[in-house]
Amino acid sequence: MTTIIYNLFIINKSGGLIFYKDYGSVGRLDTNDSLRLASLWHSMHAISQQLSPTTGCGGIDILEADTFVLRCFQSLPGTKFFVVAEPGSQGLDALLKNIYDLYVDYVLKNPFYEVEMPIRCELFDLSLTQLILKDKAMLGSR
Amino acid sequence: MAAPGRMRCMYIFNRNGVCLHYHVWYRPLTTLSPQQDQKLMFGLLFSLRSFTVKMDPTSNNKGHLGVPQLPGQGCSFHAFTTNTYKLSLLETPSGIKIVLVTDPGMGDLREALRYIYSNIYVEYVIKNPLYVPGEHFRCELFNAALDQYVKTLK
Repeated sequence: MTTIIYNLFIINKSGGLIFYKDYGSVGRLDTNDSLRLASLWHSMHAISQQLSPTTGCGGIDILEADTFVLRCFQSLPGTKFFVVAEPGSQGLDALLKNIYDLYVDYVLKNPFYEVEMPIRCELFDLSLTQLILKDKAMLGSR
Repeated sequence: MAAPGRMRCMYIFNRNGVCLHYHVWYRPLTTLSPQQDQKLMFGLLFSLRSFTVKMDPTSNNKGHLGVPQLPGQGCSFHAFTTNTYKLSLLETPSGIKIVLVTDPGMGDLREALRYIYSNIYVEYVIKNPLYVPGEHFRCELFNAALDQYVKTLK
């Protein structure tokens, strides 16, 4: 299963970036750029709903570009999780659900975490890295 | 009543954002007036292009968000999918954007878009001596050829 993740973004309900981690892209985005891209994504997600030819559109789920694939997951309260991965990656859907589970366990259930604020939870970082590197290790062992 | 096929609608834009053609097959919901809808579509494509150029993980990020990109410069997207539709885009080196909105189960439409550009748009519109470049066009032969080709995509 080829799943090479380049980076992960988490956006709160209002479109502000609350988490950004780079796992292997060539140029890591600086803070300002990552904030701008997150807000841009939030707006485009909303605009794509307006352009739908039928009712019930939930926004962009998959974006396919020349050099990457972007998969987005929106939770019920409106928090968006999106990963940028290599084209042809499988299992991104399941990966996003796992990331959401980790978010619920290590971030939302953390009594010191203020909702909608940037995430600064060590355990969340650690378990995310473990989850993402586990896929890479599976690939390397072939 | 025949069930709607997989096609929803199609837009053709030139490099200045003028909508040269808007073709609709099945569109039960239109939230905006046609002009607003076309402007919004062009704006979305423009922003998504800036987004993909900046988001490209395989190149050192140079350039700034919002700077208009030349066709072919930087990473471009060719499709996005939502739960109710799939949008496929072809941008030619001359800046013509062909956008096809279909149902979400549709496969890769890049070859189909290339066919529509070179065998239908170029043949019936560009080669038409009465066509004024940069303006909205209405051509019966174009519509007929497009409908016929699109039936083969289902």
